[in-house]
Amino acid sequence: MHHVSVDPPPFFHRGPSPLARLAFFGALSLMLLFADTRYRYLEGIRAGAAVVLYPLHRAVQIPGETLAWIGGYFAAKQTLSDENAALKQELLARAPAAQGYAPLQDENTRLKALVDVEARFADAAKAVEVLYTGRDPFTQKLFVNRGSASGIKPGEAVIDEIGVVGQVTRVFPNMAEVTLITDKDHAVPVRVERSGVRSVFFGAGAGRAPELRFMAPTADIRVGDRLYTSGMDGTYPAGLAVAQVETVERETGQMFAHITCKPLSGVDRSQFLLVLGQGVAQVPRPEEPGEADGVKKGARGKGRRGG
Amino acid sequence: MRVLAKPAAFTPATPEEILRPVNPWVIALTFLLGFLANIAPASGVVLALKPDFLALVILYWCIQEPRYVGVGVAWMLGLLMDVGDATLFGQHALAYAVLAYSAEYFRRRVLRFPLWQQAPQVAVLLMVCALLVLLVRVVGGAPLPRWTYAVPPIVGALLWPLVSVLLQWSQRPSRSPAQL
Repeated sequence: MHHVSVDPPPFFHRGPSPLARLAFFGALSLMLLFADTRYRYLEGIRAGAAVVLYPLHRAVQIPGETLAWIGGYFAAKQTLSDENAALKQELLARAPAAQGYAPLQDENTRLKALVDVEARFADAAKAVEVLYTGRDPFTQKLFVNRGSASGIKPGEAVIDEIGVVGQVTRVFPNMAEVTLITDKDHAVPVRVERSGVRSVFFGAGAGRAPELRFMAPTADIRVGDRLYTSGMDGTYPAGLAVAQVETVERETGQMFAHITCKPLSGVDRSQFLLVLGQGVAQVPRPEEPGEADGVKKGARGKGRRGG
Repeated sequence: MRVLAKPAAFTPATPEEILRPVNPWVIALTFLLGFLANIAPASGVVLALKPDFLALVILYWCIQEPRYVGVGVAWMLGLLMDVGDATLFGQHALAYAVLAYSAEYFRRRVLRFPLWQQAPQVAVLLMVCALLVLLVRVVGGAPLPRWTYAVPPIVGALLWPLVSVLLQWSQRPSRSPAQL
């Protein structure tokens, strides 16, 4: 071959054979995999490494951001002025409602004081921007540009302007990982808006429609029903839009109906999201014996059992 | 008279060409570039097509310079990728270690062929790497991905000739053999 071969003859000692090395590193990988899936010992190392890698993550985003900025700069003036006019009209149309808002708010405060309910959201809802979507094809995750330095904590709900997007599952100093509601190991307790029926919304992974599982075939659910969070898990505040029912199959031989839904929020599109602080009014969840994980819910517990 | 070479054209080195020894820093730099290409944000079609650049670079150096890059280096790069992707610790490490081992095992066979015929063999190696990750994740309880999961290894194999020529760049002789 065209390469100058400088390989020493095999009788020179060159350390362990490749196969021995493969066996060593393979065993090491399996141990790491086991430690990570089973016990999550390595979160500290991961967090440290993520801090070191953060500048690299930012650096690879600069080209795309620059292009987007240049594109935005040259956006047609006409488009902008049209948009401006439309927005002004909308503002005018909403003026009556806006003017009625202050008294309503007063009334609301008084009523709340009356029933002694604390604010549903801690006032700290943080706007975040999506940095990038996870490259891992097995999970549905994305990364946002603020983390523990901005007071974001694992378990906080993430929404966009339409509805629930997901839940913060890992927090780094300048970054947070959000598990989307379409992730296979994620579940959201919901209520059907029309009938009030309670259910749990399970993600199914990329490209698969999320489902409502364990619903009796006789449950009062129809195609087109909208689902809202019921707030029963203490993670998602009640009343956030989640999804719309797409198909309902009821087979007499089956124990449960097969119901698929479509998320309402821009789970895979929204660029700007809002992280809702944990409401103070929520009752603390009882400690589960023998659970080492801080993060609760399906996002952690369920899928790990297999590993 | 010594004539500086025209910058090497985008062609693979001819069999007569004697490549210069590689600078380890060049290898490190190509690993960094491969890693950056992997963690660069992508979505939609690009994300579905994007091959594992770091695996390609590892494969190239394992085949060309097994004295510098072997199972251990590949394993550590895999660990880096696990952090970069926020996937399970050890999944890429395991896959890259196996990739490096199979590259070392098959390197004499692969080098026998011209670049475009190396590509199918590279496709098989990359596919094994992807299947290993799949196996680890499915055993860990992840759902089976869609068939598009098999696309990036094929794209990677198609890019193999280009990647090889680019990575060979630093080793091309600065004078063409005719002028020596």
